[in-house]
Amino acid sequence: MTVELATANGAGARHELTDAEIERLLAPKPAWTRADVRRSIAIAAVSSIVFVGAAAFLLGRSSGWEAVRAAFFSWPDFKAAFPKVLQGFALNFKIFMIAEPIILAIGLLLAVIRSGRSPVFFPARAAAITFIDIFRGAPSLLVVLTLGFGVPALRISGVPNTTVFWGSVAVILTSSAYQAEVFRAGIDSVHASQRAAARSLGLSNMQALRYVVLPQAVRRVIPPTLSGFVALQKETALISVLGPLEATRQAQIYASLNFNFTSYLVAGLLFIAFTIPLARFTDYLLARAAQRETVGGAV
Amino acid sequence: MSEPLLDVEGLYKAYGQHLVLRNVNLAVDRHEVVSLIGASGCGKSTLLRCINLLEEINAGQILLNGEPISAASPNADRVRQRIGLVFQSYNLFPHMSVLDNITLAPRKVRGEGRAASEGEARKLLARFGLADKADEFPDRLSGGQQQRVAIVRALALKPDLLLLDEVTSALDPEMVGEVLDIIRELKNVGMTMMLATHQMAFSRQISDRVAFLDAGRIVEIGPPEQIFDAPEQERTRHFLERVLSTAP
Ligand SMILES: Nc1ncnc2c1ncn2[C@@H]1O[C@H](COP(=O)(O)OP(=O)(O)O)[C@@H](O)[C@H]1O
Ligand SMILES: [Mg+2]
Repeated sequence: MTVELATANGAGARHELTDAEIERLLAPKPAWTRADVRRSIAIAAVSSIVFVGAAAFLLGRSSGWEAVRAAFFSWPDFKAAFPKVLQGFALNFKIFMIAEPIILAIGLLLAVIRSGRSPVFFPARAAAITFIDIFRGAPSLLVVLTLGFGVPALRISGVPNTTVFWGSVAVILTSSAYQAEVFRAGIDSVHASQRAAARSLGLSNMQALRYVVLPQAVRRVIPPTLSGFVALQKETALISVLGPLEATRQAQIYASLNFNFTSYLVAGLLFIAFTIPLARFTDYLLARAAQRETVGGAV
Repeated sequence: MSEPLLDVEGLYKAYGQHLVLRNVNLAVDRHEVVSLIGASGCGKSTLLRCINLLEEINAGQILLNGEPISAASPNADRVRQRIGLVFQSYNLFPHMSVLDNITLAPRKVRGEGRAASEGEARKLLARFGLADKADEFPDRLSGGQQQRVAIVRALALKPDLLLLDEVTSALDPEMVGEVLDIIRELKNVGMTMMLATHQMAFSRQISDRVAFLDAGRIVEIGPPEQIFDAPEQERTRHFLERVLSTAP
């Protein structure tokens, strides 16, 4: 048997390769050689300097730049606003940490109900679809305002009356509707033959769902679910319209007291700093999934 | 012990307006091996799925050990444990190891402990030459190995009846043999089996009876010598001529 493999310089090897040659051919190549890295850094540095220099030159020439800088990029204001905004951000983080598990649970429940086939579940399915249609369709801000101002005004006894609570409920409802659709897509992506195989072994419908369908479905929707995490963290800022002192609200207060908008920059950076690791982790998972797909696999 | 293990009586099955099985009557005795042959789309898979209660039937009844099983009843899950089904496309659970694939039903359905069911599973795997694959995931196995695991998975519930739906059709030719060997071995230990197959030579060799299906009907059923050497029906003859002329 003759081996015919493309060698590094592109020429076809027509002769039988020796073991040593094959070993060299198959040796893992470093993704980046040092020369590559040096050249990339040099190119990036030069283009950055040119770009930033040009932008600074253009901005500096425009008469309004000084005013913009003082209003949005003031270092003293950055330092002054930071502690309060950070304190506010802790509330955003807390809402996120409490809301996300609830959203995952409600989303999964809605998706399971929605993909149930039995006519027995028709009323539940109709209710789930209605819920999803409403909360996915309505602007989040509208839901936050309605629940956040509306429900506490009813003074129902036995339920919390704070705007934070109802604002969080509003965010949870909206995000759950989205998450339900994410999970449903995952459930639908598991081939019907998987369920048939489980049922043929005597597993009940619920057992087939729990042990066979859902584990595969959930795995497949991890990346979009993490995107949902990022979206939720941002949505918590909507609660600011109700008054609670979360990051956006704190930034707004600072801005109106000091006639300086650098506090918004602070809040923005905090949100971004939180979401970037999640975004990169999502990228990593997607890349890994894509790789696994190209490697292939049965079923 | 006069009554058959499986008795299909007057079975009709339609998908929507499309009638797929028409008046199927078939009895299978204990330890008997019956193969289903017929052109693609004639209803072999549908018949096996109906017997496994994966499909609702439109008319007729199915009896297992003389007990009607096809009427809509809450016992369907219990009945399915007694009837194993192996699919053309293996349908192993890709997120579970081989061992978990095999022990899932014994543990969750039968309530067996993990240690006991894993012990049984390893014994079965060893018997079919898969001892070293217990901890692999399905996508690390060849098609032939996957299909053998699928058979082991069905056997783990010690079914009274094993249904095999074209279990070698998705395999590369060099892997067909290892799967057929398992089926031969199962026949030797007396397993009652029904198999849909396109492997005429194998069917002749292993079957006690062969049923030829055409357009949802059993056109002819009898011992392999009758069906393959002296078919009584014109349609059977016609089908076999067509198949055997293209077979290697
Ligand atoms: N789930 C289904 N829905 C609608 N039609 C089906 C379904 N499954 C099978 N059929 C139809 O039923 C007929 C018999 O199919 P099948 O039992 O798979 O045949 P075979 O296994 O003999 O090739 C075919 O015409 C096929 O198109
Ligand atoms: Mg078929």
